[in-house]
Parts: sequence; structure tokens; C-alpha cells
Amino acid sequence: MTDTSTSLKRTPLHAVHVAAGAKMVPFGGWDMPVQYTSIIEEHRCVRSNVGLFDISHMGEFEVRGPGALAAVQGLTTNDASTLALGQVQYSLLCYPHGGIVDDLTLYRLADDHYMLTVNASNIDKDWAWVTEGGRGGNWTNVSEATALLAVQGPKAEGLVQRLADQDVTRVPYYHFAHGTVAGSPCLISRTGYTGEDGFELYVPAERSTALWHALMDAGKGDGIQPIGLGARDTLRLEMKFALYGNDIDDASNPLEAGLGWVVKPAKGEFMGRAAIEAMRAAGVKRKLVGFEMAERAVARHGYRMLRDGQAEGVVTSGSFSPSLERCIGMGYVRAELATVGTELDVDIRGTAHPARVAKTPFVPSHAKKT
Amino acid sequence: MANVPADLRYTKEHEWAKLEGDKARVGITAFAQEQLGDVVFVELPKVGTKVTAMKTFGVVESVKAVSDLFAPLSGEVVETNTELTKKPETVNSDPYGNGWMIVIKLANPKEFDGLMSAADYEKLTAAAGH
Repeated sequence: MTDTSTSLKRTPLHAVHVAAGAKMVPFGGWDMPVQYTSIIEEHRCVRSNVGLFDISHMGEFEVRGPGALAAVQGLTTNDASTLALGQVQYSLLCYPHGGIVDDLTLYRLADDHYMLTVNASNIDKDWAWVTEGGRGGNWTNVSEATALLAVQGPKAEGLVQRLADQDVTRVPYYHFAHGTVAGSPCLISRTGYTGEDGFELYVPAERSTALWHALMDAGKGDGIQPIGLGARDTLRLEMKFALYGNDIDDASNPLEAGLGWVVKPAKGEFMGRAAIEAMRAAGVKRKLVGFEMAERAVARHGYRMLRDGQAEGVVTSGSFSPSLERCIGMGYVRAELATVGTELDVDIRGTAHPARVAKTPFVPSHAKKT
Repeated sequence: MANVPADLRYTKEHEWAKLEGDKARVGITAFAQEQLGDVVFVELPKVGTKVTAMKTFGVVESVKAVSDLFAPLSGEVVETNTELTKKPETVNSDPYGNGWMIVIKLANPKEFDGLMSAADYEKLTAAAGH
């Protein structure tokens, strides 16, 4: 095997993963834990107990000043003006042609102060995009100084509650609070990428190892396990959450990706608005659907989707679902074939394997959407 | 370090072969299943299929990846492990035992001597693993 580890970036928790015996793999330019024990076991741990993820590879940008809101509004598709202090919003950066630069979560930290959390593999591209001349706002890239731990699962709330300096049960879904967890200063965000209740804890990089160990120790009785990117992927796939680079990219648009709900043309001008509105008027040609395979056959990114032997789409994500014990996936199909129940085939190594467009999320969400 | 039984022979593609008279039992190594992670599907040839040494005879799918299976030896498939259809995870838990995949009736038993010894295979995985 080729040694690429020297050129890969490391999170502040890298040594902790290696010491825990994680299998490390390159992901978006980072040397990341794909699994500690088994993807299936880690997946089930999050669905039934609680899991701890290092997602410090994600990027964080802050923008502040009197022009901050205008800058965010001009760049993102969702309406940032509706955000209250302490609230989080899922949003997109789009190109003028409507293709997706990245998906992100937007935090309103103060009146004229926002944070954008972006995908690890897109940090450099996004940074160049948001700071390009004429965008406005005073931008800071705090990615390196910021570590990010996700605590996800039905026992996450109780665990974080025991270690926090405040009542985190009062932080609603897609909201955050400033406080401490196990003595470390954190932005405590009720968000996640698993479909379970839980938190994402933004913590200064130098405190991340202490926080990791405190959570692992305090969570012993809950059956806590460290969770790698492998289970993060199967967990998000069961929820049909898009992964940038797999399901969405610069060649896909928000409408066909089922993300029209975060595009708010009524808010005024923003990057990509005219193109997306034109697409909406014309109607989308293809749609991102979830599908279930009839048999144990794993559809992978890039495989063709067929109907009566004709190519009608492409798989963007696919795996074995540990919850359903069936093979599931996501893919773009011609809009007419996107109805739940439509029978299709996936071309797996030259053989057509039957699949059916499924209702999504594949597994009910347990996020606290009160 | 992964376990490498001394009485088996190996390929550089991480299959093992065990001589049983004029036949050989075949599976993947502990190192291979560790690299793959959770196995969720094994696609094996039908009994009667002719296989050729170092050509693919099937496919193993894990949660993360798909990987070809290479026949260590040439011959005819006389038995396949149908239990793996129901319990593919046996490849992870018992790669050298109940996780076996096929039995080949050897076309040329001399090919067996050309396979890697346990010691050589151990060297290969030590180099690849770290």
C-alpha cells in the first residue's frame, strides 16, 4: 500500500484514535478513523445507546461586523434573517449556475456575528469562495483552532447533561448554548448527522483530548463507543442525508437533490437564485431518491440505475443498512421514476439487480424536533 | 498481527488454500477480512464452474467496499459454502474455519507448491499493514 499518511492532515484527536486501535483511512485530505471495532457494531451503538465521533476535520468560518448578515444572505440559499440568537440553520452555498459549492450549518453567535460549519474536503474551496472580493463581512477561518465532537444517540442527552454546567435539555433541536462540558468551554449545539438525538460540541482544539476522555469515561455506563466515519456514513444514509461529493456537488442543484426547502428566493438576491428559479419554473429533470435492493447486493456510488434495461439514473450512495439488514442507497433518477414504489434495477458488475424507490428516511428520525 | 495458520498456503491477493487430497478448500485470510471490515455479502460461483489460478471466482462485499476473490488454484468448483448466504459475517468471525468459500477439484495439483508459505505471507502482510 502506498504511504500517503505524511501528506494527510490530522485532527487534534489523531493520537487518541491510533491509541484506541482505530483503522485510519484518508478522507477528504484527512487521516481519519473509519472504524474502531466494526461499522455495524458502532452503528447499532449509536442507534441504541450513545456514540462519540471526532468530526474536527469539519471547517468553521466566522463572519462578523455590520456587513455580516448581508454577506451571509448573499452567499447562502436559506434565509439567515430569520435566525434568532442561539439558533442554527441548514443552508447551501451555490454557484451562479445553481450548482452546489457546499452544504453547511449556519450559527447566529451574536447580532452581527455568524459561524458557518462546512465540509472538511471543501474548506479551502469554500474559504476562497466566501472571501472573494466584494462579498462583504469580516471573515475568519477558525477551522484549525476548533475541534468538534459529536455525541449522538438516545443516551446522549443524559450524558452531556451530567457533564454540562447548565440544563442542556432546554436547548431545542437546531439551537445551541455556550457553556462548559466537563470543564471545557464548548458551543453546545443540538444538531447531528445521524437521525438520533444528540449534540455537536465545538471546543478549542487544545481541550479536545480532555473532553473526549471525559465523555468516554462518563459514558461507560451508557455503553458509549467511539464511532468512525464508516458508521457515520451508514447512519446518515439511513436518514437520506446528502453527503457532499457523493450525492450533491457542483453538477447537482438543490431542487433535484430535494433541498428546495432551504432555498428561499423571497429573501432577495443571492448567489444562484436566478438559475435555481429558472430550474424551478422549468421543472427538475431528475430527482434524488432513496431505494432498497430486493436482495443482498450492494449498490455503490457511480453504478448505473436501469429501467427495462435502459439507463435512467445513477447511484450516488449505497451500503448495507445495519438497522434494516438490507441494502439501501440513494441516486438520481429521471423525475418520472422518482415515485415511491417504482421498480428499477441497479447494474452491479454487469448484472441487473432489482431495487425499488423507498420512502425516506429509511429509519424514523429520533432527533428532538419538538 | 493477524493470524496466519502454518498449514495453509496463500496468495498475494489474501486468499488461503488448504490441500484435502486432490482438492483444495479456499477462503480469505484474517488479514483480508480485517481490511474489509464487516462482510455483508459473498458472491460465489456455482458448483461445476471452472476456475483458473489467479483469476477472479467471486466477490466479497463489506459495508465499505467491494473486493474480487481470486482463485489460488485452477480446477472445478465442487462445493460452495452456502451458509455464507445467510451468515456472511462468518467470514469475519472464522475466516479459516466456517468462513471457507469454495472447494476446488484441482486440475494441476502441482500448482499448490507455487503458493506462498505462511512465513512468506506473514512478511507480505507485515509490509502492507504498517
